[in-house]
Amino acid sequence: MDFSPFYQELFSSLNRGLLMSVALIVPSAIGGVLIGITAGCLRAYGNRAVRLLGNGYAAVFRGTPLVVQLFVLYFGLPNLGIYFSPYAAAVTGFILCSGAYQSEYIRGALLSIKRGQYAGAHALGLTHFQTIFWIIIPQAVRRAIHGCGNEIIYLIKYSSLAYIVTCLELTGEGKTVATEYFRFTEVFIIIGLYYLALVTCASFLLKIIEKRLYIPGFGHK
Amino acid sequence: MTSNTPILKAQAIQKSFDGNTILNGVDVVLEKGEIIVLIGPSGGGKSTLLQCINCLVIPDDGQIELEQQPIDFSNKQDLYRLRQQVGMIFQEFNLFDHLTALDNITIALRKVKKLDRNTAEKRARLELEQVGLGEKGDLYPAQLSGGQKQRVAIARALAMDPKILLLDEPTSALDPDLIGEVISVIKNLAAKGMTMIMATHQISLISTLADHILFMENGQIVESGTPKELLAKGNVNKTQGFCDRLNELATGEQ
Ligand SMILES: Nc1ncnc2c1ncn2[C@@H]1O[C@H](COP(=O)(O)OP(=O)(O)OP(=O)(O)O)[C@@H](O)[C@H]1O
Ligand SMILES: [Mg+2]
Repeated sequence: MDFSPFYQELFSSLNRGLLMSVALIVPSAIGGVLIGITAGCLRAYGNRAVRLLGNGYAAVFRGTPLVVQLFVLYFGLPNLGIYFSPYAAAVTGFILCSGAYQSEYIRGALLSIKRGQYAGAHALGLTHFQTIFWIIIPQAVRRAIHGCGNEIIYLIKYSSLAYIVTCLELTGEGKTVATEYFRFTEVFIIIGLYYLALVTCASFLLKIIEKRLYIPGFGHK
Repeated sequence: MTSNTPILKAQAIQKSFDGNTILNGVDVVLEKGEIIVLIGPSGGGKSTLLQCINCLVIPDDGQIELEQQPIDFSNKQDLYRLRQQVGMIFQEFNLFDHLTALDNITIALRKVKKLDRNTAEKRARLELEQVGLGEKGDLYPAQLSGGQKQRVAIARALAMDPKILLLDEPTSALDPDLIGEVISVIKNLAAKGMTMIMATHQISLISTLADHILFMENGQIVESGTPKELLAKGNVNKTQGFCDRLNELATGEQ
């Protein structure tokens, strides 16, 4: 079976875009979770100054549109002598934005762990740091996992904003082809199917992680 | 109870929360092998006193000596060392929800006592067998009954080889039919000579185990003595009245 030149070009563009999307999403998701855990812990346990700093970070990155953040990173920072490649600007923006949301889930989970868990650990002679690291965080992560997974699903979709900083991923590549042939409806439906496939894969992976972390007493299998 | 150097001495312990005095100059002297039972009305400060003794709650004032070593409340290392040597059993068990019964015991052995995993597991299995839960090591807290949870908590505390065990109403959160299994574990400990301070309203523990009874009210110890002294026939005092009421409750339930 032969594809028309339009479809040949569309699929080769979209496949290239897909690779770029995955290259954006994977480090952003991992970085977002790591920043989220760090910022979440600082916001839950830090002293006043640290808490203020963490809360400020979360407020700014949750309170402004991602488009604005990307613009500032890519077009604004060069004024200060800081230059990002399109890819680096996109990943940095995604990590910072996602980390702010993740920190909210992590902080909430940390604060939901009952005092008794701390008392039980301290009474055995565990230090405060050991208590948080070995007792509280493992429980908080399990409580936060649904929220964190949800945020990763969102990330997959807002990764399409990378085109703002001229980083061509799925949406950007598809749009180029659509403009060239003036066939928007088909192209965007196909792009939608690509995202659906991405999200389905991610959900599947998240399910596996949830299963591996499952412990009786923490949600359902 | 013949040795006269106390293993633990808490003197003039003072604690307030939000301007309310909860402990107002409490003294406790505990000798090796001795069992002190704390009783008294709710809110009298029993839990707070127990938590002050192992510095889960830092006293505002007063002194604590463990084996003649005074504890410096502002020195974290001192507090960690004190807590390693003084085990605590809570009313609500406080098992770590994300760890199996076995790992609830091994975690402190590994992280605090720095034992390797194998040695820690061997010790943990031994302690679980001692409380009759040799088969339950792989279950999580959510899969255990209240009585089993409390027995795991006791095994967890004992694995640290504490010099003293503090028990805060160990049977109060249990269904009546689960109390017995925990009482028998505690009685076993007493028979082995464990040094304990226990807050309890369980009349069978008070009358059979106490070497010494402290009656706490409004943050102070208002009566103190051996069960013989306080509970002798015809005596009229708070301890007597309190125990009579507990007895009525106990017989009323059956
Ligand atoms: N962390 C805290 N912050 C404020 N108040 C507290 C705190 N812990 C205890 N209290 C108060 O101290 C008082 C004594 O409490 P405590 O738990 O020591 O009493 P108790 O004798 O153990 O009572 P019960 O028999 O009900 O367990 C209570 O009025 C309680 O509200
Ligand atoms: Mg109490």
